[in-house]
Amino acid sequence: MDPVAESQKFFRRISQSSNIMLFLLWHVVHLILSVLYIVREIFRAIENYLITNGYVKTYTNLNLDRVKYLGIVIDSDEARNTSKVVELLEWLSALGVKKLCLYDREGVLKKSKAVFMERFGSTENSVAGPLVSKKRMDFEFVSITDGKEAVAKAANLLFKKYYVDGDSEKPFFTEAHLTDALKTLGAVEPDPDLLLIYGPVRCHLGFPAWRIRYTEMVHMGPLKYKKLGLIMKAIHRFTKVKQNYGS
Amino acid sequence: MEEERPSGVISKWLGGLISTMRRLLFTFMSSGPIPQHIAFIMDGNRRFAKKWKLDDQSAGCKAGFPSLLSVLKYCYEVGVKYVTVYAFSLDNFNRRPDEVQYVMDIMYEKIQGVLKEMDMVNRYGIRVLFIGDLNRLDEPVRLAAEKAMEATAKNTKTYLLVCVAYTSSHEIPRAIYEACQEKSLALPSSAKNDDGIVNDDDDDDVIKVVDLEKHMYMGVAPDPDILVRSSGETRLSNFLLWQSTNSLLYSPKALWPEMGFLQVVWGILKYQNKCYYLEKKKKQA
Repeated sequence: MDPVAESQKFFRRISQSSNIMLFLLWHVVHLILSVLYIVREIFRAIENYLITNGYVKTYTNLNLDRVKYLGIVIDSDEARNTSKVVELLEWLSALGVKKLCLYDREGVLKKSKAVFMERFGSTENSVAGPLVSKKRMDFEFVSITDGKEAVAKAANLLFKKYYVDGDSEKPFFTEAHLTDALKTLGAVEPDPDLLLIYGPVRCHLGFPAWRIRYTEMVHMGPLKYKKLGLIMKAIHRFTKVKQNYGS
Repeated sequence: MEEERPSGVISKWLGGLISTMRRLLFTFMSSGPIPQHIAFIMDGNRRFAKKWKLDDQSAGCKAGFPSLLSVLKYCYEVGVKYVTVYAFSLDNFNRRPDEVQYVMDIMYEKIQGVLKEMDMVNRYGIRVLFIGDLNRLDEPVRLAAEKAMEATAKNTKTYLLVCVAYTSSHEIPRAIYEACQEKSLALPSSAKNDDGIVNDDDDDDVIKVVDLEKHMYMGVAPDPDILVRSSGETRLSNFLLWQSTNSLLYSPKALWPEMGFLQVVWGILKYQNKCYYLEKKKKQA
């Protein structure tokens, strides 16, 4: 019996056992984390109840003047549930939001555009008559193709403008050049002031990069668990934010 | 001297115990996916100075440096390969001149400090990169930064990317410019007419997204898995807007000088909990 080999075998077994133990412990900790998320959802539901039933006076008079342009990011899988999206838009419309940018990565919301425009749009095409037109909203529908690919198209526009003619001056491109090129391609809407993210994770999922420089991004949780009270809280908090813009 | 020795032994023993427990915790966390790249917006230095009534608000920047070292240590110990920090934005040049100069002086002092400890930096295999429009920096700072980059160029174990004079609003148009320059030189002669002018007839776009990403300042590293902004603010302030498409955004309430072990561990645990979803989104892209 070789004692060195035996002790090596022994320590290898201990190491394998401790690795298994650590792995199991890791899963236990993440199970606890998932339970904590559920507990947090319960507290948010209670908070939502208190806010929507007027027990918390802070959020009763929302000042929407600061929220000139509201952005909504929705996970594409959740965006397929059109009725949930319509319900969300009804709440936003009731709160008095006038201008809205709806983003989902795969463009699912773009495909349902007609449904939303019919119900809430402020154009002449909307079916609802003047009596129901008091809470109309202006919409913009955005997807991943309006992000990095739009910048690449703008780059090609700038390339053709400044590099086609060999003698023309080739300036160092600045933000102004990019903005003008994007405007030519039809990207004329302003940057959203506030972005509400509906999905499992706080992640903007590719919202056009140049439009979220100073945008506040708030995670609202999955769309299926959306809560009106928490939208009011997010908007109220946004109105209290003081930005220095770097200075 | 006799009275000092027992407390020195105790603090050494305690330090060793804390270090061992931390290593055990990091080993346990390594049972799950560890983020490859974490980016930090070091926000809250001035509020920290105000909170603790320091001499002036610039002193908050000095108070933030030990936090930076701690956070880097914990990230590298747990296995994160790339750490990016937002040290100075192009927008920050709009601050009071004395405040800007103070930050430049601290940067110079700290870079000089790193250059003095180059043996240790190289032993840990840290490659330091300064990302941004370095021509906007004071010349001594720029030269020191270039020296630090050159001295650590051969290291490949871990990376520290320090964003100075950086904004995404500058990075993206600059990448377009660099891509245009590259494409203009690389075009075959058949694409140009006899006067050397590029033909406009070609319908295919010359510049693709990959060309732009190659020329981004941050093209040297993969996209961040987690983007952390201290002090609880929820905006990105023109930082890594292009690169954060699939990043978990985490905003702990701690001001930057208060950031440390707890926030790093909690951020990584949150990432591990949502990693499956984030990886799914990356693959869909």
